Amino acid sequence: MPLTVLAGASVLVMLLIVARLSHRIIQLVSLLLFVIAFICLLNIRGMLPYEVGSLFMIDSFGAFMTGLIIFSGLVVNIFSYIYFQEKEEGPKEYYVLLFLCTLGACVLALSEHFVSVFLGLEILTIGLYALIAYLRTRNHSIEAGIKYLVLAAFSSAFLLFGMALVYLQTGTMSFAGMAGVVAADSVPPLLITGLGLMLVGLGFKLAVVPFHMWTADVYQGAPVPVTTFIATASKGGVVAAMLRFFIAIDGFRSEPLQMVMIAIAIASMVAGNLLALRQKNIKRLLAYSSIAHLGYLLVAFIPGSAVVPQAVSFYLLTYFITTFAAFGVITILSDSESDAEDLGRYKALFWKHPALASILSIAMFSLAGIPLTAGFTGKFYVLTTGIGQGFWLLAVVLVLSSVVGLYYYLRVVTTLFAGTRDLLPDPPAKYPVFLGISMAVLSILTFALIWLGVYPDSVIGVVQGLQLK
Amino acid sequence: MMLVLLITVLMVGAVAAVVAGEWNRYLPRWIALLASAAGLLLVTLLWANTSPHSVTDGQWLMDFRKEWIPSFGITFHLAVDGLSLLLLALTFFLGVLAVLCSWDEIRERTGFYYFNLLWILAGVAGVFMAMDMFLFYFFWEVMLIPMYFLIGIWGSENRVYAAYKFFIFTQASGLLMFLAILGLYFIHGRDTGIYTFGYFELIETVIPFKTAFWLMSGFMIAFAVKLPVFPFHTWLPDAHGEAPTAGSLILAGLLLKTGAYGMLRFVVPMFPEVVTDVAVPAMVLGVAGIVYGAVMAYSQTDLKRLVAFTSVSHMGFVITGIFALNELALQGVVMQLVTHALSTGALFLMAGMIKERLHTRDIGQMGGLWGPMPQMGTIGLVFAMASLGLPGLGNFVAEFLILLGVFQAQPWITVAAASGLIFSAVYSLRIVGKIFLGPRRTMEAVPDFSFREMLIMAALTVSVVWLGLFPQPVINTARPAITELIRFMDVHSAASHHQSYVK
Repeated sequence: MPLTVLAGASVLVMLLIVARLSHRIIQLVSLLLFVIAFICLLNIRGMLPYEVGSLFMIDSFGAFMTGLIIFSGLVVNIFSYIYFQEKEEGPKEYYVLLFLCTLGACVLALSEHFVSVFLGLEILTIGLYALIAYLRTRNHSIEAGIKYLVLAAFSSAFLLFGMALVYLQTGTMSFAGMAGVVAADSVPPLLITGLGLMLVGLGFKLAVVPFHMWTADVYQGAPVPVTTFIATASKGGVVAAMLRFFIAIDGFRSEPLQMVMIAIAIASMVAGNLLALRQKNIKRLLAYSSIAHLGYLLVAFIPGSAVVPQAVSFYLLTYFITTFAAFGVITILSDSESDAEDLGRYKALFWKHPALASILSIAMFSLAGIPLTAGFTGKFYVLTTGIGQGFWLLAVVLVLSSVVGLYYYLRVVTTLFAGTRDLLPDPPAKYPVFLGISMAVLSILTFALIWLGVYPDSVIGVVQGLQLK
Repeated sequence: MMLVLLITVLMVGAVAAVVAGEWNRYLPRWIALLASAAGLLLVTLLWANTSPHSVTDGQWLMDFRKEWIPSFGITFHLAVDGLSLLLLALTFFLGVLAVLCSWDEIRERTGFYYFNLLWILAGVAGVFMAMDMFLFYFFWEVMLIPMYFLIGIWGSENRVYAAYKFFIFTQASGLLMFLAILGLYFIHGRDTGIYTFGYFELIETVIPFKTAFWLMSGFMIAFAVKLPVFPFHTWLPDAHGEAPTAGSLILAGLLLKTGAYGMLRFVVPMFPEVVTDVAVPAMVLGVAGIVYGAVMAYSQTDLKRLVAFTSVSHMGFVITGIFALNELALQGVVMQLVTHALSTGALFLMAGMIKERLHTRDIGQMGGLWGPMPQMGTIGLVFAMASLGLPGLGNFVAEFLILLGVFQAQPWITVAAASGLIFSAVYSLRIVGKIFLGPRRTMEAVPDFSFREMLIMAALTVSVVWLGLFPQPVINTARPAITELIRFMDVHSAASHHQSYVK
């Protein structure tokens, strides 16, 4: 049902564009449509879990992830108005693409069949090609777009080849069918090869080391709201699909696969944090930080115990909220010529815009995983999951690499408080209504960050109720 | 409920200060003073109400417990025994002084400054009361960020470097402790089927020796960095040197004490066998700290760094005393925690006051200050004497008790540790000689104590003399906690001996 709304929404917005309506109306309509999709999702809560053909399985975990993704679409949508209104390019088609990408990510999160996985992935990716290069007059944008296009196509090929091999071995493309076949005998080499190739494809989307080369450039080149979307919804969808697949075929018990994943996780945590150390561009910094965070997420993923879906969902929730807050501030501070990506521009922000600076600091502390913020609770959940199954190595690496990470998060915070010079423009007061909405959203997000850090029990309760069919 | 009130009064004060700071520059300091004074009053009441019964009623004086995150077995559990009570009283006492000493020093961004100050105090108070390991870690971290801001924003020239170093050292070690806490949580959960972070449950966990060693290392590293124990001390001179006066006061007086408290409260009772095993190396490190700190202190030219290194030396006594593991030494440790906070705090305050007047921390540029400032000179002499352990002042009692206790355990280590007393005489006299005596270097007019400064110093002087002449109340208050600790140690080492017979 929410999927239909999303799909319909993109068509509706397209029609509205034909009717030559203004940016403002289109923005508001798409906001409304996102809200409707979200409400639909709340409405179907009672009917869970149900299956759509053999392609989709809408269970409570899937619904939660879909909710997260639609929510991120919603937040990105809100931030987009201020960001794009100043730019020369017509921003209207942007919303169509945003709906399509959201749809793709949701499809991924709900799919339990190779066909739907691939379908979702391609809807998502093709939308993103255009979105990343949306500001076509900027050099970085084009570079990022091309880079993403080439690499994503390449990784899709890997994924497809992997799927083909798995299909060859198991003779079925639905997760449930595969589970039966795989459980019957020991894991054959062809299957491992297939899974390995799939891992390459998925790893690219998640931007884990060693498939992370595109991340920094794309994060930097893409418009800030799109970067937000890549960092959250697109990764969330892939994680959900991957989790569903691994749990269905119980891929955790395969020794070589586990070793590979452990290696990937460690490499991501270490490399992500190290690469971010010397970054002076906050978008690139967040890109490397996201690599590290996906590494942390894998620590919750690898143990394969019953708590994994909870830990992954909770961690994604906290990570999403934090990322929204951080990128939201960047969006608001960006002006028509360039994004507020140079760290030097954030100097003394605290004394100029205390609210924005506080939000950004809290987001940074949350990314660093410091108590009182959601990031800490998320990291706690991840560590508990890892140590609970005896993965001490991962836990220790996580802890040590997040100490390295502290350094650059603190650097951002220090910059906010340093000096008294002021290089930043005022936020565009030209659109007080949308600025107000954006600030309200940011405040709510910040409140959620602290709430999750101080009193996470209610949310943990929800997350613990999640089930995978 | 009173325990929660202690923390909330500080937190509410902190928020009120930052809000009031938007309106008026001077309002935050009054709010901060009010909040910390209210806290001090509450603690005094608590102490007055409970002390007559404390010896008979067992260890715990007050307890507050509420579910927090039941899905992980985390409770909001605060409790106070004599040890906590003493340290809490110290927290609020120094808190009031910290507010008073920043009264005129801090002129910019006052709202945010007092917010951080009160927030640190809240974190420290929480650390001293938390009886749930998760909650403990939570408070342990809560005090870091505001301290980072305090050093990083209001510190002197090299503040950013010092703030980073402080934060990364303490946070890294804290995370290792958190891993150890999680390890303990799972071992206990697996053995008993009850997953909980509660202190009283985890303390009963039976841990295989090798695992226990690693878990203890996790805890120890956090506390050793905070204390600091000799090789982990490098953050301390920078942080103390660059922090604003109140920051140095709180660092030396309270944050270092959380490390010692952690060892007494968690490391010793949770890992009694391992502690007995590593006692000698730990004491050796302590002695190394005593000597090293003293030598380094002697060779400093920066007054605040000098005082910072004396802290390293004094904290060497603390770790040596803790690992002597007998009642005398532990009583000495508790005394040392209190008296060191007072004497070193006073020296830092004085360094701050001199800096306000002369705009330098370089000892070479001071000299002959007794002439224009006889009052400060006298008080300076008193605290330099306290720092070298002159009989009649609090530090003497503390160090003497520690040495007595350590002598029962390891006579030769005592010999080395006692040399620290001589070294401390050397550097303390150097402080007085260089700053207050000798020819005058600057001819600027330097005013003596203002009324506010006199009030601060009078409070500290009275306390340190009182502790030197009549230390019994402190000893009585801490006794139940310490005898309980010793008893717990004995029971457990007996149990482990018994087990080894059975095997």
